[in-house]
Amino acid sequence: MSGPFRKACGCGEFTRSQMLHAAAAEAGKGLPQIESGMPEPAGTGLTRRSLLLRGAGLALAVYGTKLALPALDQGIAAAPAPDRVLVSVFLDGGLDVMSLLAPTGDPRYRKLRPNLALKASETLPFSEDQRLRWHPAAANLAQLHREGKVTVFPAMGYSGPDQSHFTSRHFYEIGEVKVGAGTGWLGRYLDVTGTPDNPMQGLSLEKALSPTLATATNPVAALSSVGGYELSSPAGEPVKAELFNSFERMGALPAASAGLRQLRDATTQTAQLRRELPALETTGDGGYPGSPMAARLRLLTEYLDLGLPIRVASLTGSGGYDTHAGQAPTLKGNIQSTSDAIFAFQRDLERRGIADRVLIHVWSEFGRRPAENGSAGTDHGAAGIGLVIGSRASGKMAGEFPGLDRLDRLGNLRHTSDFRGLYCGLLEQWFDQDPEPIVPGASAFKRPQVVW
Amino acid sequence: MGLRGAVHSLTRPTGKARLSGPTPVDQNGLAIAPADAAGHDHLWWLDRMVRSDQQLVERMALIFHDWFATLGPKVANQRLMLDQSNLFRGNCFGSFLTLFTRVTVNPAMLITLDGQKNRRGRPNENYAREMMELFSLGARRGYTEGDVRQMARALTGWTNRYSDQLGVYDFHFEPKLHDFGRKVVFGKAGKWGWRDAPRLCVQNPKHPSFFVKKLWSYFVSRPPKKATRQRLERIYRKSGWKIRPVVEAILLSPEFYEDDPMVKPPAVYLASMLRARRRGIDTTAWVRLCERAGQRLFNPPDVAGWDDSHWLDTARMQARWEMTNAVIRPAVAALARPYPPTETTGVAVEKAIASWNNPDLEQGELDEMADFAERTAALANQPGEYSNFRRLRQAGLQQLVGVSSGMVMM
Repeated sequence: MSGPFRKACGCGEFTRSQMLHAAAAEAGKGLPQIESGMPEPAGTGLTRRSLLLRGAGLALAVYGTKLALPALDQGIAAAPAPDRVLVSVFLDGGLDVMSLLAPTGDPRYRKLRPNLALKASETLPFSEDQRLRWHPAAANLAQLHREGKVTVFPAMGYSGPDQSHFTSRHFYEIGEVKVGAGTGWLGRYLDVTGTPDNPMQGLSLEKALSPTLATATNPVAALSSVGGYELSSPAGEPVKAELFNSFERMGALPAASAGLRQLRDATTQTAQLRRELPALETTGDGGYPGSPMAARLRLLTEYLDLGLPIRVASLTGSGGYDTHAGQAPTLKGNIQSTSDAIFAFQRDLERRGIADRVLIHVWSEFGRRPAENGSAGTDHGAAGIGLVIGSRASGKMAGEFPGLDRLDRLGNLRHTSDFRGLYCGLLEQWFDQDPEPIVPGASAFKRPQVVW
Repeated sequence: MGLRGAVHSLTRPTGKARLSGPTPVDQNGLAIAPADAAGHDHLWWLDRMVRSDQQLVERMALIFHDWFATLGPKVANQRLMLDQSNLFRGNCFGSFLTLFTRVTVNPAMLITLDGQKNRRGRPNENYAREMMELFSLGARRGYTEGDVRQMARALTGWTNRYSDQLGVYDFHFEPKLHDFGRKVVFGKAGKWGWRDAPRLCVQNPKHPSFFVKKLWSYFVSRPPKKATRQRLERIYRKSGWKIRPVVEAILLSPEFYEDDPMVKPPAVYLASMLRARRRGIDTTAWVRLCERAGQRLFNPPDVAGWDDSHWLDTARMQARWEMTNAVIRPAVAALARPYPPTETTGVAVEKAIASWNNPDLEQGELDEMADFAERTAALANQPGEYSNFRRLRQAGLQQLVGVSSGMVMM
């Protein structure tokens, strides 16, 4: 790390122009036209992107940095718009892959699912395996698949499957079958290839940071508010300005404990964010359905189109997938909503001519038990779904559907591809990144063809 | 009274809790309807946190709401959620096994984890798994996938009726729906039923350490040292899985007083502010503000409860600022006009801190507030100043105290 950066973390002498130098140098763009020692003229260094960032009305919760927001603003402005973006979509609760891609052609399907089995006649064909048929609510995913834009992993998992939501999800998030790592697999990717001043490189499109994006050294962000960020004041000007000055200065006070540190940091960031307000104006529905997931994906498209330096983004799919009871109607609605949101996103990217830059990865912590339970639902299972979606997706199924005649000793679907192999494939083929420092034991996993 | 006496006054309440102060109303002055009106369940609990003379009981109820997190939207019946919270109040210092057993067949929990759908020949594993993973043993500790399935069979038989008028009602054990066969759980064979299920968990050797660590984490920021943990486990086992002796041991341990401060959960923060200012529940605004701050009571994020290590981010801090602003608003509006023209900087800061019932602030915070008071005084001396700056200065100071460590941390 260069001198100015160390200084930035330690004291307040750091100036905006130094940061601009350093950030631009980091980003490989050469130094901007500011001589050292020059006072910073108004507007200097505010490139188009930094103005647009304000224009985007972005309020970010920034994680993993001590840099102040103006410095991060400069870092964001200086970072180039990446030509490869990965969007991680988590289906929370364990999606029933046997409903999304129903094995209606498997003789055991109806025996295992006397109440829940879908009829072949109501489902949609899946060209890569005659046994499987798309859920009718996934018609839009089926359409993208026909266009060669969906790489399907019909039985994604790992050896020794854990059936705890929290544990199995943790494995997928950290890219390792072990408990307790502090960084997500995409967070480690950003630690290896990202910059120390661009929190937008890893963007959770939700209020909380996705553990998948958790980094050790470089900053990442979550969307804390869309449409402005304000604090009410009990006093008018000019006392009001002094009130917010004091609030911000309270954030800079020392903290003798981790808890107090949290308060100080939240205070600093809250006070600083207050100064960065306006909202992104969008009109019409833009072809998106009216779900929170679709709204988030629409925002992401806007941000990508503006050239904001987002490298990986994450969000949660519509609804919950822990369908222990009354599965059919809940699942239908949630599959529909998720599938439609992804479809609208893909089409929007295509319209804007940026679809070649974006790949979506859809995952869930596990699949569900092939045998339905007594509540017209399904309990936790093993192998689950993996989808890679986008104009650059290979569109070739990876791993096969293992069939229902040889389940594991607990009666669960066996996996035919390992999620860590998919991660390695994404890193190598999409990001041109050696997975070795990111996915432990990377060399052991078979790489599927993820993109073309 | 001494430390022990003080602790006992909290952990050994007698009789029913007394609620003192104004009864809860909405912003129109109408009584709240906790079982019926959306959000009023939240206000009902907040009111108890503000007005009850059994403060630790309310804290324990919140701990067990987090521990046995039950999802209000799924239960979709506020009465059942209120009943469950009273179950926590009534059993928060007694036997953990009794509490666990009652929770196992509590209607709100039965709905949340599909226990009322779990029946002979058609088991539903939802509760069986979480009762071990989240409630008594911890993930991957002391149980196998086989145990989950056998336990699900032991728990079969609970059901309820439904009518359009009453919704869900009449939760009961129906022998016809129970699997009376032999089950093997944790290597022990028997014709286990729902009463056995929590007992088997509590008797599992991995349980006491889970219990002690989890309970400890609500009171002390750092995990207990091994010797401390083992001492608490001994107390817990010897007492026959009683909660009170462990709580008392935690509250009497030096770590409770010496360890780092913790961020108050949002509902606790708000209740502490209202208590400090002797303000009752008089608006439904608290529901949305608590939600924005990250804690809508009766609606934890999932069955694992709230994440107590991440109460503060910019969205949640913004909500705490707004809470503070809303809490002080009536008092600020009532500040005298014209405001006493002679109030000094020092008096202004003292008065603002006193308005919050004198919390302990960090020296740096006190200095900053004094500085704020000086700076605003300087503004008032400029030409074109408004006459009543001391009043606004007092409002600003009260706001700053509300978001200082004195109120946010515990």
